[in-house]
This record gives sequence, structure tokens and C-alpha cells, in this order.
Amino acid sequence: MLRDITLGQYYQTESVIHRLDPRVKLGGTLLYIVSLFVFNHFLGYIVAAVFLGIVIRLSHVPFRFMVKGMKAILFLMLITVGFNLFLTPGEVLVRFWIFKITKEGLKLAVNMAIRLVMLVIGSSVMTLTTTPNNLTDGMEKMLRPLRVLRVPVHEVAMMMSIALRFIPILMEETDKIMKAQIARGADFESGNILQRARAMVPLLVPLFISAFRRANDLAMAMEARCYRGGDGRTKMKPLVYHKRDGAAYLCILLYLAAGIAAGNLGRALGL
Amino acid sequence: MSIILDHVNYIYGGGTPLERKALDDICLQIPDGQFVGIIGHTGSGKSTLMQHMNGLLKATSGHIYFNGEDIYEKDYDMKKLRSKVGLVFQYPEHQLFEVDVFSDVCFGPKNLGLDKKEVQLRAFDALQKVGLPMDLYYQSPFDLSGGQKRRAAIAGVLAMNPEVLILDEPTAGLDPRGRDEILGQIRQLQRQTHMTVLLVSHSMEDVAEYVDRIIVMNRGAVLYDDEPKEVFAHYKELEKVGLAAPQVTYILHELKKRGLAVDVNATTVQEAADTVCAALRDRRK
Ligand SMILES: Nc1ncnc2c1ncn2[C@@H]1O[C@H](COP(=O)(O)OP(=O)(O)OP(=O)(O)O)[C@@H](O)[C@H]1O
Ligand SMILES: [Mg+2]
Repeated sequence: MLRDITLGQYYQTESVIHRLDPRVKLGGTLLYIVSLFVFNHFLGYIVAAVFLGIVIRLSHVPFRFMVKGMKAILFLMLITVGFNLFLTPGEVLVRFWIFKITKEGLKLAVNMAIRLVMLVIGSSVMTLTTTPNNLTDGMEKMLRPLRVLRVPVHEVAMMMSIALRFIPILMEETDKIMKAQIARGADFESGNILQRARAMVPLLVPLFISAFRRANDLAMAMEARCYRGGDGRTKMKPLVYHKRDGAAYLCILLYLAAGIAAGNLGRALGL
Repeated sequence: MSIILDHVNYIYGGGTPLERKALDDICLQIPDGQFVGIIGHTGSGKSTLMQHMNGLLKATSGHIYFNGEDIYEKDYDMKKLRSKVGLVFQYPEHQLFEVDVFSDVCFGPKNLGLDKKEVQLRAFDALQKVGLPMDLYYQSPFDLSGGQKRRAAIAGVLAMNPEVLILDEPTAGLDPRGRDEILGQIRQLQRQTHMTVLLVSHSMEDVAEYVDRIIVMNRGAVLYDDEPKEVFAHYKELEKVGLAAPQVTYILHELKKRGLAVDVNATTVQEAADTVCAALRDRRK
């Protein structure tokens, strides 16, 4: 059940995209998301879709893994599209009961749907091709300038990577405890809401206890290895830009230019 | 009445890149009242196999019959199966959650829908069987020692009065004394009640003394399935799969090689001592 969420799950394989510096992928994804909202012409979306398609091809990750992430936000998407569709004022196309669909609303809804789909797939590409550790490393390095403003960048990054690391562990633990309680006749599936909430107690208590125990152990292990925060700490694998990273930045810029040009071209031709 | 596994296969994470075959064509028959040891190197699929026995995992292919009924039949009552096949997980103390030990042990029988009196009777009975001192019954389970927690957790399963008791590495992480105590109690229980017991372990020494039959697992398949002495006769092959026969097996084989007429089939320290003494006596004559 919980295992279906692809957002934030790494897909192990060998590809150019996997090898890219996480900073490139983070920056690229950010630019890509911004571009989706800046391009407001369908020619721009075509460029964005083609670009995404090429990246997916290069990443060697099967397409169905990207789509898996979609399921998680399907509900959100339906709401967004629904609101845009029904609540935008303008030239009325269809009307039934109290609902009316306007031309502007339809356009906005389609735009929104396309943007959301590409946004989710785009960020899935990043998380599928970058290990969580690498990702937080990249973030730490990108946000380092904020240290001047006394933002504890390293600590936040460390917390994030620990949290990420703990997700699969806790999931496994949940699975185990759940099975153990089911073996003792526990029933997590039937009954009304109140009964179900009560049925969670035998799961949640051991889970919290084990989470605290693990946190304690981890803190102890870190201290035993003289961890004392970010000051003066060096990396075993420092992030270094390679030639391919430069090329990737260039590709992203080219993509942005192409998208904007396509939009302008479309408008000029009156499409 | 028995448990029968018929060509059972299981694959973890089917359809993902992490796909992994954990059980490979397992065929087994476990008759009533037998004390069976399941041995295998870490990752050989012991825990996976045990979770099939009470329907927590569903075989990717193959069938399992409990008391003659196919447990994968549509209208098979899984809850009843789970009350009859009690499974004590690896590190069972991690499942304790109640305010005191006694209430925790009551959890299982309560789920069976028994009335309060019967629940308490069973809990009390189970706690006695595992030999937990009575002054601990109303303490928080989290204040107990590791071995005591383990017993409380085992009692939690015993209280459901299962016909088959499965223990997944009940002695992992215990000191030798705690280990002997728990195993001794399990044996006593088995002798008294004649329930079927499956004992998972990766130490031959642990099981050699207690069981009627040993199933050796290797990479998801059954490698040997026989009486202890027959299995230990393969001690050279066992080493290849990361296991070892009990130390006495090695000593006896070595003694025999050096010309002492011992019986190499002795499996426990006591038996080994007896055969060595007998051989020495013979020689003196
Ligand atoms: N929840 C899971 N998801 C994916 N693979 C798993 C899962 N649980 C076990 N496996 C894999 O299945 C195989 C068998 O595991 P299993 O836990 O049955 O071994 P085991 O014999 O009980 O080992 P141990 O002695 O360490 O307890 C292992 O290779 C393991 O990596
Ligand atoms: Mg195991």
C-alpha cells in the first residue's frame, strides 16, 4: 500500500541522467517547473513535453514508474481541474443545473492539467534518478550561501537525509508489527472509524517506541563518531562539476529558449 | 491432520527492479505433534516460509493445505487459521504495546472473541507455561529484561491455544542461559501438549537437542529434510551453505578417523559423551 508512492523513490540503474550532479538536476527541475508556468502557449507545452520525453528516454527508467507518482496526486488534480472548469467566468459553452462550463474555464483547466501532469512527472524524474542522499547533498551545497543569514543549512540537510533514510525502515517496521499483530488476531480492516482507530493502537505504540529507540541509537552512534554539526566537516564524496554537467545546463537553457521562441512564434502566426 | 505445502513459490516485489525469489518450489508435509527445526543461513527464506504457514504471505504459486483444507480457497476463514497456527515473530518483544504484561497477553484471546473470564484464564495459563515470575504480570512490558519480554511475547501467542506453534528464532539476542531456558520450556510444552512446533534457527546446536526432524533451507529451497543425525551426516555439505553441524559431530568424526570406535551419529553432548565412554571402555577390555 504505502509502497506505491514513487515520489521520492530511487530507481537504481545506469544512465547519463543518474550520473549528473544533483545540483544540475535540482536546478533543472526547478527551472522546468517555472517554465511550465511561464510558457502559456500550446507550442511551448509541446516543447516541454518533447524535452521531458528525451530526458525520460535518457534516464532508462521505465515510464510506468513516473506514472505511479501520478496516482498519489490524482485527487488533487481532479479538484484543481474541476475548480478551473466550473468556476471561471466567461463565455458559456455548456450549462446544466447550477454548473456551467465556460470557454475560458475549459482552456484554463486543460492548461492546468497539462502543467500538473508534466510537473509531477518532471519531479519524479529527478527523484527517480537521484539517491535521497545525493539530493540532500545537492540542496545543502546550493543553499550554503544562506548560512550568512544564520540559516542552519547543514543541520536541516542532515535532518532531511536522516528522515528520508528512515522512511523505508519505518515502513518495513510497520509491516512487521502489523503482521505480528495480525498473527495475534488483530483486525485492521473491518469495523467503523472508531473501531479502526482503536485497532491502530497495537500498531502505533510499538512503532513509536521503535522509532524512538532507533533515533536514540542513531544519535549515540553519531556522537560516538564525533559528529558535531557542520562546522569544519568535509565530505567523503564532495560534489564536483564535470563536463557533462555543463552540457546539461546548456541543454536546459536551450530548452528554455526554444520554449519561449515556440510560444512567440505561435502567437505571431496567430495559432 | 497436518500442514502440507505443495510446490510453493514466493517472489518479493514482483514486477519491480527489486524482484527477488524468496521461496523456490517448496514441498513439505508436517504431521501433527512433530517438533521440527528449520535451519538456514541468513536470508535463506526461513521467515518467509513461516509467514506462509498462517496465511500472512500468499504464495505466488502453489498450494498450502491445513488439516486437509486449501487455505487459498475463497471462503477459507483466515482468522481461524491464525488462531490455530500461532506465529511468534523474530524479536517478538517489539510487538508489545499494552500497559501491563497481563493485558498484553490477553490481546490474542480477546481477538478470538472469547468471554472475559476465558481470556484471563488463558492468559494466566500461557504466562505460567513460559515460566514468567508472577510478580511481573502487572508490570509494564517495557520494564522487563530482554529475555522476560521475549517470554511475555511468546505467551501472547500461546494464549490463543494454537495447534501449531511456530517460533522464528526465539533465542536471537539472548545469552546462553536465557536461550537454554526458553528452548527447554518449549520442549517441555511440546511434550505436555503434543502440539506441533516449528522452531526456526540458524544454529544447529540450538535445535539438535530438541527436535525430531530438521529442514535445512538454502536460497529459498529445501536442501535436506530428515532426522537430525541424517542431516548432520552431511556436515561437509552444510558448511558449504554457511551452516555447521554441532561441534560434537566434528569431534566424533575426528575421533573415529583416529581409530576410536565411536558412533558418529550422536547429536547431543550427552549422547556424544556416552558413546565416547563406551568406546573407551571397549578398548580397555
Ligand atoms: N519484505 C521484504 N521485501 C523484499 N525482500 C524481502 C523481504 N523480506 C525478506 N526479503 C528477502 O527474501 C529473502 C529471504 O528472507 P527471509 O527473511 O525469509 O530470510 P531468513 O531465512 O528468515 O533470514 P534471517 O535468518 O536473517 O532471519 C532474503 O533474501 C530477503 O532479502
Ligand atoms: Mg528470519
